[in-house]
Amino acid sequence: MLKTLHRIASIGIVSEPPPEADDNLRVRTALQDNIRALLGRALCIRHIDAGSCNGCELEIHAINNPIYNLEGLGIRFVASPRHADMLLVTGPVSRHMEVALRRTYAATPGPKLVVALGDCGCTGGIFGVNYATCGRVSNVIPVDVAVPGCPPSPTRILQGILAAVSARRDQYLAHSSNRHLP
Amino acid sequence: MALHDLFERSYIQPGAPGLRGLEVSGEEWRGVAVDVAAAAGRLLALWASPAGDTAARVHAVFIADGEGLLLTLPMSDLDQPYPGIDDIFPAAARMQRAIADLMGLRATATDTRPWLRHAAWPQGYRPLLDPPLSQNHTEVTSDSYDFVRVEGDGVHEIAVGPVHAGTIEPGHFRFSVVGEKVLKLEERLGYVHKGIEQRFTQMPILQGYRLAARVSGDSAVAFSWAYCQALEAISNMEIPARAAWLRALYLELERVANHLGDLGALGNDAGFAFGLMQFGRLKESLLRTNQEVFGERYLMEAVVPGGTQREVSGSQCTLLSESLRKIEAEVRVLRTIYDEHAGVRDRFTGAGIVTPELATRLGLTGLAGRASAQAFDLRVDLPYTPYQHCAVTKMVRSEGDVAARVAIRFDEIHESCRIIQHILATIPSGGHRAPVRMPADGSVGIGLIEGWRGPVSVALEAGPAGTIRRCHPHDPSWQNWPVLEHAIIGNIVPDFPLINKSFNLSYSGHDL
Repeated sequence: MLKTLHRIASIGIVSEPPPEADDNLRVRTALQDNIRALLGRALCIRHIDAGSCNGCELEIHAINNPIYNLEGLGIRFVASPRHADMLLVTGPVSRHMEVALRRTYAATPGPKLVVALGDCGCTGGIFGVNYATCGRVSNVIPVDVAVPGCPPSPTRILQGILAAVSARRDQYLAHSSNRHLP
Repeated sequence: MALHDLFERSYIQPGAPGLRGLEVSGEEWRGVAVDVAAAAGRLLALWASPAGDTAARVHAVFIADGEGLLLTLPMSDLDQPYPGIDDIFPAAARMQRAIADLMGLRATATDTRPWLRHAAWPQGYRPLLDPPLSQNHTEVTSDSYDFVRVEGDGVHEIAVGPVHAGTIEPGHFRFSVVGEKVLKLEERLGYVHKGIEQRFTQMPILQGYRLAARVSGDSAVAFSWAYCQALEAISNMEIPARAAWLRALYLELERVANHLGDLGALGNDAGFAFGLMQFGRLKESLLRTNQEVFGERYLMEAVVPGGTQREVSGSQCTLLSESLRKIEAEVRVLRTIYDEHAGVRDRFTGAGIVTPELATRLGLTGLAGRASAQAFDLRVDLPYTPYQHCAVTKMVRSEGDVAARVAIRFDEIHESCRIIQHILATIPSGGHRAPVRMPADGSVGIGLIEGWRGPVSVALEAGPAGTIRRCHPHDPSWQNWPVLEHAIIGNIVPDFPLINKSFNLSYSGHDL
């Protein structure tokens, strides 16, 4: 026990500041502000592997490590699509996962943001479209933001999540009669 | 039939060193399998390939007594079943079912349920024989699968997946339980089948390594190296010595990175979030060193035909060496914390036991095998350059529980760090990449590499003019998934995530 506590105390806080906004990914303002404006609470993400090689999953694990400190940014991963605001979808969508992906999308309540992750999620990647895959995620469900990379780095993933939230917030402000968001 | 009688007929098989090839009749096919099993040999892979439009060949790779054997059974009639070997090597059962799904070629076996095919492509379509289907060919219909039912008082089923509750690959688990206790687990996989083997046949043979690296993204080096080993053998070329050493450096870095990730996740699954945070930090520091030295966090593009993508400078070697030394020192401290933590010990010890006898019978392989006294490691048993110069120690335990699989990971991190330091200190100078000649049409090469999970193999058959006629990547998860069904028996449902993680098997590498 003492060793564990000593370890915690001696290593201290290793978390880095969140990445700079990337205009190419439509990031406008600070992440927490956008999340608060859109949801008024933490952003809950449900990850779905729809056919990935498991490479993108390694980086999703990485954004949960203490260096990137995802929860400190007001974002957390949840176990059910019914608790999720955002789906983070990896892989070319395999035909065997097509139904599961559609059902997961249907089970997700609004605002139902979707981020397609990795070259495969963006375009079908090296696997393409064939008898067993449907290719990119947007061939199966609507996608807000697509983050390329093989796999995309944790920073790119965070920027993609940010981009989806700020893009939807802009839409909301533009189309909603409620222009006095918190 | 004795193995040495057949030896005279065998030939040197291009690919991993120490491999021989042998073409056999249907009767000999089973005879050899029986002999290999009697000699405590192992089945490494089983697949089929087309031979023209109306014939096929069934292949198996075995390892026995420090020798590898590629067995080939020609089949002139695709409607005729070939002799199954699932009674001799239980792991063959699912591989035979996969051959039926992808080639329409059946074995004489009792379990004729589809395995990789659910309902996504028309019944009767043979992806590896028939021309590619046009897009949007069929609507996916609902599909049913005959799970084995367990019946009795108080027995109920828990169905889990394909979408799991965490960041994991998709698959379906059907538990039959009484109260908390698991009576039976039946797996159903194939959800991430993405037609990799058909896709290979549409790629130039010099580009296929990129797809190989994405068979299972966590084993990119192992698969791309196995692919290149097969390709270079049928191209009749030797890669520069330095390239082989660099590849081993990548492979050991991949092993350390994955083991670090697993150790953190295992601590977390035992309710010790401290472990996840600490090991996550160490893994991140290794990935950042990779980024700095190799230009990528995961070595997806590092191994290329003829050698390696990049050179590593002397100062980069120093940087790697220092980074690894720091990580290793921290791992030592964390190991004592895991060892002394009563709660962690309680969850790890005795959970998910696979006895050495069961492991031998079912052919448990790789890391999980070594935790159940299966002292098998390609780096030692069938060494390829540079491992004959690295004096690799096989890490073996016999308890066969989660604690043993954790301990093997700790031991292997230290051994890999030692190998990495050895490589960095003694790597030969010279070029890191040589030109690759186009292999002859019809030549077959077999690559065998000990990945972090276990032995990875890639069988590559060249087509005309730099095309791929057939490529079969094989992940050790094929052997180990069925054993997980046994490991969970008698354990409680809440221990499944922990036991499953301790194996950490690949879905993508299996489903292809």
